[in-house]
Amino acid sequence: MTVAIFWVSPATDMENRMMVRTLLIRGMLVGFLAGILVFSFAKVFGEPQVDHAIAFESAMDEAKAKADLERGIHDVEEPELVSRKLQASYGLLTGVMVYSTAFGGLFALVFSYANGRMKSTDPRVVSVLLAITGIIAVYVVPSIKYPANPPSVGNPDTIGMRTELYFIMMLVSLLGMIAATMLQGRLRRQYNAWTSTYLAGACYILIVFTTGELLPAVNEVPSNFPADLLWNFRIDSLGMQIIMWATLGLGFGAFTEYANRNRFGYRNGANIQLNAH
Amino acid sequence: MSDTAIGSHAIPSPAPIPVREIAPWLVFGLLMLLALYFVGAEEGATSIIPGMYVHEWVHDSRHLLGFPCH
Ligand SMILES: [Zn+2]
Repeated sequence: MTVAIFWVSPATDMENRMMVRTLLIRGMLVGFLAGILVFSFAKVFGEPQVDHAIAFESAMDEAKAKADLERGIHDVEEPELVSRKLQASYGLLTGVMVYSTAFGGLFALVFSYANGRMKSTDPRVVSVLLAITGIIAVYVVPSIKYPANPPSVGNPDTIGMRTELYFIMMLVSLLGMIAATMLQGRLRRQYNAWTSTYLAGACYILIVFTTGELLPAVNEVPSNFPADLLWNFRIDSLGMQIIMWATLGLGFGAFTEYANRNRFGYRNGANIQLNAH
Repeated sequence: MSDTAIGSHAIPSPAPIPVREIAPWLVFGLLMLLALYFVGAEEGATSIIPGMYVHEWVHDSRHLLGFPCH
């Protein structure tokens, strides 16, 4: 029996199920590796911005407490549950690792559906395309409407509303991207890759733009908050996402290509017939 | 874009994995979403575990990952 037959004849249910399992583990593994990179970046570049923002917040709180004291009001200082040191080290590590590993797993599940259903048969291309659409749908577009904010930007009383709006924006963006991808597949029967992607992309933009226009704006940046700090914080937040999605897209694809090459014995597009005993 | 790969070479095209074989694994997808919820929103807008410890622990990542915090 030749190994190549595996591709020609449909894989058995069991083989397929095990394949999804393999992909899922691989996705979480690549996500974990991505998490290490994201954490390193966040630790070096993101944390100083968080610290600056907290320093700003403390200065504001002190000024307020002083003003209140003059009017005879005693502000109660909130107890610190987790020290800043822990938040900036193990706390950050936990959050980033869980986030990246979870996205790695979800990425793998989407890949297991997309692979073989797209025009491209190269897992590296499929993986990179998924990562590009992923970062746009999950982070870039929701963040254009509701950007990442450092501590001291944001009114604690509106956290419920802000969370709701952010997730609505993300959900619409994600569903819009799925719809656009399906549309692209349909259009691909009639038009070339360029035209169908262009039309589907325009539909996605129309959906998210309309939603963005309908949802209320949130602007809770204190008037005296340093603009450069806000900018740096948001750029670092974007940087973390780029590192994570790039690692997922490139890492997962390369890993899968490597595994397939070993398993099915083709190299650089040439099918090598391997005789299994 | 990648059409060149088809036809001219003998790259076998991967057969799509049937949805029924992917479906059971979606349980893990739900677990991933739950994990994301704990990083992104627990003890903020909504709360499963009482107190603020989870929120405080993942606080910096919540801000940096773009979730609304405080
Ligand atoms: Zn916060």
